Amino acid sequence: MTEKKCLSLNINGIECQVPEGTTLLEAARYLDIDIPVICLHEATTAKGLCRQCVVEVEGRRTLAPSCITLAEEGMVVFTESERVVRVRRTILEMLHASSDISHSPALQAQMEKYTADPERFPGAKKRQYEILDDNPFYVRDYSQCILCWRCVQACGDDIQFTYALGLGGRGHDSRISTFYELPMPETTCVFCGNCVAVCPTEALQDKTEYLLEKGLQHHEIRARRRQERQGKRSKS
Amino acid sequence: MEFDPPVSSQLQEFLDQYGIRGREMLLPALLEAQKIHDFIPREAAAYIGEVLKVPLADIYGVIEFYSMLSSQPRAERVIRICTTPSCASQGSGKLVAEVCQHLGVDIGEPTVDGRYVVEEVECLGLCDHAPGVLIGNDMVGEATLDRIFHPEEHPRSEIYADQRYLLARVGSVDPLNIKEFQDAGGFAGLKTALALKPEEVIQVVSDSGLTGRGGAGFPTGLKWQGCAEEERFPKYLVCNEDESEPGTFKDRALIEGDPFTIIEGMIIAAYAVGANKGYLYIRGEYTHSHEVISQALEIAAGNRFLGENIQDSGFDFEIELRSGAGAYICGEETALFESIEGKRGFPRVKPPFPTTHGLFNQPTAINNVETLANVALIFNIGAEKYRELGSEDSPGPRLFSLSGDVERPGIYEISKPLTLRELIYEKGGGVRDGKQLRAVLLGGAAGKFVAPDGLDFLLTNQGTREVGLGLGSAAVVVFDEGVDLRFVLHGLGHFFAHESCGKCYPCQLGTQRQAEILDRNLRGQSLPGDIDRLKDIIATMTDSSLCGLGQTAGSAVLSAIEICPEYFGIEEGARD
Ligand SMILES: Cc1cc2nc3c(=O)[nH]c(=O)nc-3n(C[C@H](O)[C@H](O)[C@H](O)COP(=O)(O)O)c2cc1C
Ligand code: SF4
Repeated sequence: MTEKKCLSLNINGIECQVPEGTTLLEAARYLDIDIPVICLHEATTAKGLCRQCVVEVEGRRTLAPSCITLAEEGMVVFTESERVVRVRRTILEMLHASSDISHSPALQAQMEKYTADPERFPGAKKRQYEILDDNPFYVRDYSQCILCWRCVQACGDDIQFTYALGLGGRGHDSRISTFYELPMPETTCVFCGNCVAVCPTEALQDKTEYLLEKGLQHHEIRARRRQERQGKRSKS
Repeated sequence: MEFDPPVSSQLQEFLDQYGIRGREMLLPALLEAQKIHDFIPREAAAYIGEVLKVPLADIYGVIEFYSMLSSQPRAERVIRICTTPSCASQGSGKLVAEVCQHLGVDIGEPTVDGRYVVEEVECLGLCDHAPGVLIGNDMVGEATLDRIFHPEEHPRSEIYADQRYLLARVGSVDPLNIKEFQDAGGFAGLKTALALKPEEVIQVVSDSGLTGRGGAGFPTGLKWQGCAEEERFPKYLVCNEDESEPGTFKDRALIEGDPFTIIEGMIIAAYAVGANKGYLYIRGEYTHSHEVISQALEIAAGNRFLGENIQDSGFDFEIELRSGAGAYICGEETALFESIEGKRGFPRVKPPFPTTHGLFNQPTAINNVETLANVALIFNIGAEKYRELGSEDSPGPRLFSLSGDVERPGIYEISKPLTLRELIYEKGGGVRDGKQLRAVLLGGAAGKFVAPDGLDFLLTNQGTREVGLGLGSAAVVVFDEGVDLRFVLHGLGHFFAHESCGKCYPCQLGTQRQAEILDRNLRGQSLPGDIDRLKDIIATMTDSSLCGLGQTAGSAVLSAIEICPEYFGIEEGARD
């Protein structure tokens, strides 16, 4: 293997050297500089969707998503400039207005850090959907979905290669969906649980957890499970 | 054992022929199914997925993405009424109400006999014939209730030019007569180009100073050079005829009036960059253009201008025609590639750029229709003569689409630089009915409003840049004093919210929030702080969106706040 070239850049006034191919996010992390992210997850491919990780790079017209922008020789980067902070706060405020992010401590912490006002956008259209409880393993509450695409990625090319989940709709009203909105058991889903594991909110939630939160006792949940299994057997 | 085929024989035939090509054929297959059934039944979608080897959830995602595809039964004929600003200000809202009342249905609700459904749609490229309607495959200009159900002649644009270059043959020769085309100078440029080496062809285009006419204004020679230098094959040449920028209709006139010239430009471009395969992507609503260009392609191939060893030059090149299915974002070059590849039209992160990683991740040159018409012209008259047209920094003729409240709407070919005031008042005859001007929208929805006292700048790349504007697609929409700009802004807000692909947060959320505030503003129910909200939303979209759509989705609104602050009478309209 050939040695990777070393690049010098400046982040928030600190000079640093990183190997070629390092993203600005990684470079900042070497320096213990915290950059918030929403859609990024270690198990899924960075797509640059949420733009919460944007930073200001001197000489660029627009802000750069640090998760997918590679460090370049001589770059001068600011991770908390006025422009950056304005964008982060506004994205959080707009997201809060559309989706229920109350079950995500990470997002709540970001709201606090950037002094985002939860009531900034009165009269906003909420993405509200019925809870989908169609299988014994997990429950889907897309009112909590923030469209990070991680479940779709986990179900597809990044982990499971099952492709039961995809995107429906467009724009603000995009949503995660199955083929013709079929219930999970009628799709290619193998109930591996990877989608639940990567979900940043409780849009996808383990069913036992969901039922416990609803106040059911463990033995009641087991009884329900048995019933569901029998129901399935008698159908087939 | 014989099974009943799960799909109609027509679709089966299509899949037998093209199925082998896999996912690339998804959009064409879905369009075929939609045509046969007026929607895409689940069984048909599942079967298409099986043949093309596309995951089912992805197929549904594609159907959901494109406005012209439907997973639910619709109706035999869709009546699509344009409600984008040019048409809205000519009464298309009233027309929607009339048509719905006539059919006894609401928007989106099929008639009981399943024959019609009414939809409000974004710009159909009929701005100079507003209000514009597409019923089934028929375009209707100056639409009225009566004319919609009795479509007459296909609407064509009036053409104005001191001297015709790009439009020399439009309207004067039979667009599908290849002999007439050649007698009028057609394919002469191709002959000149094919006698040169590819690198010489690129040099000529660089010398001509041609910049792209699709909106971004990138130097064409430089783009081609980037693609030509790549050593990965195959390479592709793509012609972008997605023309959906509100107020723009010049590409349609070129394709319908002089299709062979676009083919000529495509061959030259392909030869220069080393591509043996081209795609011509045409928006789904342009059904007539599709018909014309499809015939022209056949005729050109029959006369050995396409195929193997074109005109004994040793160069092979074929063009595949592709139809969009209702998505403005597919005009963005990387979204267009995704669309051809059978996916939702999501723009890609750049870099890498198309010249290295374009269609199917291969080196690709993509150009706008008018850019390619310019290419043919350059080789016809020579780069030197070409440079004498236009201005130093924006050489060559340029097509302006003029519409709205103006005496003579149409397409203006401008080869001597003039100001926006001269275009509207001297060429276009001024504001209709002698009224006063309220504002001009330059560059379409992605452009900016210009105040009546700010029209005295040259319509060139540099002239517009100097006053903080851009030519964009060179759409000019005129609004007279009677127009309530709040209404126009409300329309633009809905346009972007409807057309945002939803991939990145700033635009997915910002276009929706912006539309909500512009709605309130129209109803006179603005809240205190709405101006600041708008400014934060627009700064966020402009500064952090992934592609040009989000980056420009607030530019018209911001310019309106500047030139017409009274329209944002936040203080008066405010309620506690
Ligand atoms: C949202 C959006 C829509 C676009 N729509 C079109 C279009 O309809 N036609 C077009 O030629 N270019 C369109 N473009 C520009 C293309 O991305 C690309 O720059 C162009 O096709 C390049 O051709 P040119 O260099 O010949 O102008 C659009 C860009 C964006 C961001
Ligand atoms: S800016 Fe808008 S259209 Fe472009 S990628 Fe983002 S959401 Fe999609």
